[in-house]
Parts: sequence; structure tokens; C-alpha cells
Amino acid sequence: MPVTESNIDSPSASYRIVSEFAAPIERVWQLWEDPRQVERWWGPPGYPARFIRHDFTVPGSSIYHMPGPDGEPTYAGWTFLEIEAPHRLRIANGFADETGAPAGDIPWNRFDIAFETIEAGTRMTITARFDDTATLERMLGYGMLEGMTAALGQIDALLAP
Amino acid sequence: MAAGSVLDDAEVDRIFQALADATRRDIVRRVIEREQSVSELAGRYAMSFAAVQKHVAVLERSRLVTKSRQGREQIVRLESATVRYARGLLDELDRMWRGRIDRMDAILGEAEGKGA
Repeated sequence: MPVTESNIDSPSASYRIVSEFAAPIERVWQLWEDPRQVERWWGPPGYPARFIRHDFTVPGSSIYHMPGPDGEPTYAGWTFLEIEAPHRLRIANGFADETGAPAGDIPWNRFDIAFETIEAGTRMTITARFDDTATLERMLGYGMLEGMTAALGQIDALLAP
Repeated sequence: MAAGSVLDDAEVDRIFQALADATRRDIVRRVIEREQSVSELAGRYAMSFAAVQKHVAVLERSRLVTKSRQGREQIVRLESATVRYARGLLDELDRMWRGRIDRMDAILGEAEGKGA
């Protein structure tokens, strides 16, 4: 199992997941750089993402679409905020129109990806940040959730085994 | 992914408002371990019985706990479906990224043996 750790940091409304791959850092970097590879892992099984633009530069952007619930494609995009090959990547992600311009009322979220060489290959740490829990909740498709990011962390602590 | 949400927006709001208070979080923590009577809970905090009872009422309205009468005691129990729902949101995010990372790993696996 590549994932070694994942956790929620409620004060900053962020989620962090650490994984290790038995592959060189440049190879892991390609998973993000090459759109044909990105679209093989970004969408869940049965909902493949098609990247119709992947301008892997700063300030560059990507446009992708995924099959929506009604069969119509749902468009979304990435904006590259920082690219420091092959160590660091910072991306904003959110719903867009066909031109890649932000669309809808759900704020875009940001994630940072850090890559480092380790003995076993490469460690990749993804930190996803949300402006608030409402964004997180709506992104996940549960509708509106206002309120306390602190409470989320508390629940997490409460239920920890 | 909007599968089987059991709570409407107002209910979710109430849950997070209820858990915004340290005493109420502590009550939930104790009730997770085992059910407690209101008077038992009241004995643990430097506040009046009535104040503790009010906290329990807030938790009850948010459906984090239930309260039932047992003889002369009011027993507070965890309403775990509600707590699990909030936790479920985080699990959903975690599942999404774990899925992505597993797919990345599979792609990297293909490259092996090709001298990549």
C-alpha cells in the first residue's frame, strides 16, 4: 500500500496524505506532468477525466471534463500556481466552463504536492486546502455544510481508535 | 456521490454549532465511552446542574445524543449515526485521494521492467 499516512488539520482546514512509491522522483513527477497519465488516475473508476488542455507552466492552466450525472460532461480546471520540477507543485482546482474560466459558486480549492527522494523511491505528500468546510462538503457532493472547522477536528479526535 | 445523506442542511449546522463548545465536546467524549446520567455529568464540571442540562439539551437538539428517563435519572446516550455522518465527510475525502494514489501506483507498476 503506497499510502503511509493521512490526516485532517482542522485549524487550517486542510487534509494531508503521504504516500511512498517504488519509483524515481522524475517518474512520479510525470504522473502530474503528462496529461495522458493524469487522466488515468484523477477521476474515479467509471468517471474518467479527459484533459483537453494541460499547459504545465506558471501561470498555466488545464481544462478537463468528466461525465456528469446526466451524461453531460462537467468541466473543471486546474491553474498552476507553482512548478518546481521535480520537487514541488501547487495547483488550484475547481469547476470551470469550456474555456477553463471558473464557473459555479463553489470556490476553487488548492493543493500542494511535495516530492522527495527516499531510499525506497519517492515520497509524495499532498496537502489539500479548503477555504472552509462548506467548500469541502459541497465538493464531496453532500450539499451545504456551514460552520465549524474546529468541530471537524474534534470529531476526528473523538473517534480515533 | 450525493449518496444517502440522512441530514438536511439545518441539522448539519446544528451539529457543528453544538460541537463548537468545549464542554459539549467533553460531554460527547464521555458519552462515547458509555452512557451517563445528567447528574453524573453535572458532577464533572464546575457549573450548575442547570447549565449542564442546557448543554445536554443543545446536543440533544443536534441529535448527537439522546436523553431518556430511567427512574429518577435522565440517561444520556450517543446518537452515533449523527457523529458518524460528520466523520463520513472526511472519510469520503480520504477515500478519494487513496483511490487516486492507488491508481498512480498501478501506473508506476506498469513501467517497471521496461527500464523506465
